Amino acid sequence: MKAMEQRQGAVSPSALIPLLQEIQARHGYLPEEGLRELAKRLGIPVSRVYGVATFYAQFSLNPRGEHLIRICKGTACHVQGAEAIIDRLKGELGLEHGKPGFDGKVTLEVVRCVGCCSLAPVMMVDGVTYGRLSPQRAVEIVRTLVRNVNSEKAEGA
Amino acid sequence: MLTLKRLKELKEEGLQSLWPSQIKFVVGLASCGLAAGAGEVVRVFNAEDNQHVKTGQTGCLGLCYQEPLVEMRLPNGLRLFYGEVNPEHAKRILEEVKNGEIPKEGLLFWDARDKTQPLPFKIRGIPHISQHPFYRKQKRLVLENCGFIDPLNIKEYIATGGYFALVKALEKAPEEIIEEVKRAGLRGRGGAGFPTGRKWEACRKAPGSKKYVICNGDEGDPGAYMDRSIMEGNPHAVIEGMIIGAYAVGANEGYIYVRAEYPLAVKHLRLAIRQAEELGLLGENILGSGFSFQLHVFEGAGAFVCGEETALIASIEGKRGQPRPRPPFPVEKGLFGKPTVINNVETWANIPHIIRNGADWFRAIGTSRSPGTKIFSLTGKVRNTGLVEVPIGTTLRELIFEIGGGPPEGKRFKAVQIGGPSGGCLPEERLDLPIDYESLTEAGAMMGSGGMVVVDEETCMVELARFFLEFTQAESCGQCPPCRLGTKRMLEILTEITEGRGRPGDLELLEELAQGVRDASLCGLGRTAPNPVLTALRYFRTEYEAHLAGKCPAKVCRNLLVYTIDETICVGCGLCVRACPQGAIVGEKGKPHRILVERCIRCGACVNVCVKGALKKN
Repeated sequence: MKAMEQRQGAVSPSALIPLLQEIQARHGYLPEEGLRELAKRLGIPVSRVYGVATFYAQFSLNPRGEHLIRICKGTACHVQGAEAIIDRLKGELGLEHGKPGFDGKVTLEVVRCVGCCSLAPVMMVDGVTYGRLSPQRAVEIVRTLVRNVNSEKAEGA
Repeated sequence: MLTLKRLKELKEEGLQSLWPSQIKFVVGLASCGLAAGAGEVVRVFNAEDNQHVKTGQTGCLGLCYQEPLVEMRLPNGLRLFYGEVNPEHAKRILEEVKNGEIPKEGLLFWDARDKTQPLPFKIRGIPHISQHPFYRKQKRLVLENCGFIDPLNIKEYIATGGYFALVKALEKAPEEIIEEVKRAGLRGRGGAGFPTGRKWEACRKAPGSKKYVICNGDEGDPGAYMDRSIMEGNPHAVIEGMIIGAYAVGANEGYIYVRAEYPLAVKHLRLAIRQAEELGLLGENILGSGFSFQLHVFEGAGAFVCGEETALIASIEGKRGQPRPRPPFPVEKGLFGKPTVINNVETWANIPHIIRNGADWFRAIGTSRSPGTKIFSLTGKVRNTGLVEVPIGTTLRELIFEIGGGPPEGKRFKAVQIGGPSGGCLPEERLDLPIDYESLTEAGAMMGSGGMVVVDEETCMVELARFFLEFTQAESCGQCPPCRLGTKRMLEILTEITEGRGRPGDLELLEELAQGVRDASLCGLGRTAPNPVLTALRYFRTEYEAHLAGKCPAKVCRNLLVYTIDETICVGCGLCVRACPQGAIVGEKGKPHRILVERCIRCGACVNVCVKGALKKN
């Protein structure tokens, strides 16, 4: 666990959340052996690490796709039709909350609010926010992402 | 060590950066600007062949519906603001400037460095910013520099008088500062409205040498984003407020807790802290006063309940974000068991203004019980969406109709949801209510963080209440049964009503449950969770009753809808037949079609494709 080695000397249990964030940033999710190792290093029971990891929405115990699509379902997005976008992405592209799609490369997450309410409905793709969406445009954005992912793969091969 | 002389030099440098001798284009690069495509626009201005102009960035100007926003700042102090600028438009602006012209396309309003300076030329129909409908009733105090300064450049903040309030504060005794904040009557902007000065005083008086200050930037209310905009667009205002507060209460360490969904705010805050440390505004012996203060950024991990202060503290301590009973209050036993002041982002950002201008100046704004301004994020079914800062006491009608322009497309206003999942919805009859802590609470809503979502006739109030309950039920930490079980039962009843399975007595049961959850829950999340339902039942009861009778008046709840084809209009073109995923529409080509009710899943695909308007939803 590199994240912890860098922090040696400063590993008090209160650093648990930042450490989990570092592990997740490295692996894309929280692998079980990572949690066990972390508990040992911090001198706390694994149950406490697990308790924290499962409490917060940011953490995932399951592997996720490299590319993360976050659909906002805050109030403004809800009122402006986020549900129709979620339905369409499921119907047309088979993407569902938390289930990796497109050979496990893409994960869709329905999130609470990304704070771009004035441009609702909104989604974030790998950290880039897209506003004033229609279901059609959302599908196009995801299709473009998938095309780029696939051409990267082709180049790599 | 940073001296006052050096601070004044930095102010001069900042002024030169703000008002250069060349034309400067300033692009709004806050999250909302970027979501609207400002990143591509700034690339145009930054292109190689535009060396004759300067380009800068700024935060949110509040006028989000006009994003991407670009300001052209002229050497003579004139500021021209352009809305909805796309890359092509940006190129045209640059071209005209090259030809020595003033671009008119997309020009929204103007402003000038010297407020008395008249417009050097006439721009027909273009108002001064103070006369623009969106700004006319606003009083931009906390947001004053958002959309003006570059949040990544501490010198520009200093140029606007930034950190001079800190200089002034450090010359006073801590008790004097607390007295000033108390006299100003500042109340917590996170929603509850507790007097800030009294909180500080309690923390100052609490025994112990180690104390903390915390900034609550866990803006969880979906529909509110003023804290994000402040942290992104003017991070130093929060930092300066916190240093002053820490000095006043005797804390030498502080945390800014920012929610995980705000990566740009985290980035800007971290950079701002580093800049302040480099200048000696944070760290040891600040400005030679002997006072030292260290500030950290803590990234939240996604939990609405962490907006509650004791849950937020638990989260920083590395625990599950579960609230604990109060007392003891954080001012007595807070972070790591030490006395702690925890204030919201907007509250902290008010502090430098109060110290700089004095309590009397602050009291002259707003109402006598709630002085100052409040920022609202005006969103939903309203023409001019954005961040609005008004004196407390402004009416809802002024905010929604004069500033916001009312619902678009001639739709009828139905309700405004204030304060998010903890607040309530208020109907048209309540629009003349002055917005202050007491009036809103009395009406069943609450100030909350300032989220204001407008809904029109096409929104179903029962479904909206169900949406909020789904939210609070999922976000309940699960610790106390009234909240954990009560919200779940309430959600079940609301779901049944919206799905057409409501039963007589449901509304009374909902009310009874709501009261139980409200009275018996441990923390603010549970105690306020029933508000959306209770206000909807209070103001929109007939809509609930209609659902029980099998009708959704807003035509939203799928199970209560019936689709039919008006045979006098239908020409039998067959578009709907192809659109229907169920094969539920039958009929001969060229002749009126009909819908097989037992097959119809009420998806609405047919309505969307019918060019004749023959498909009806009832």
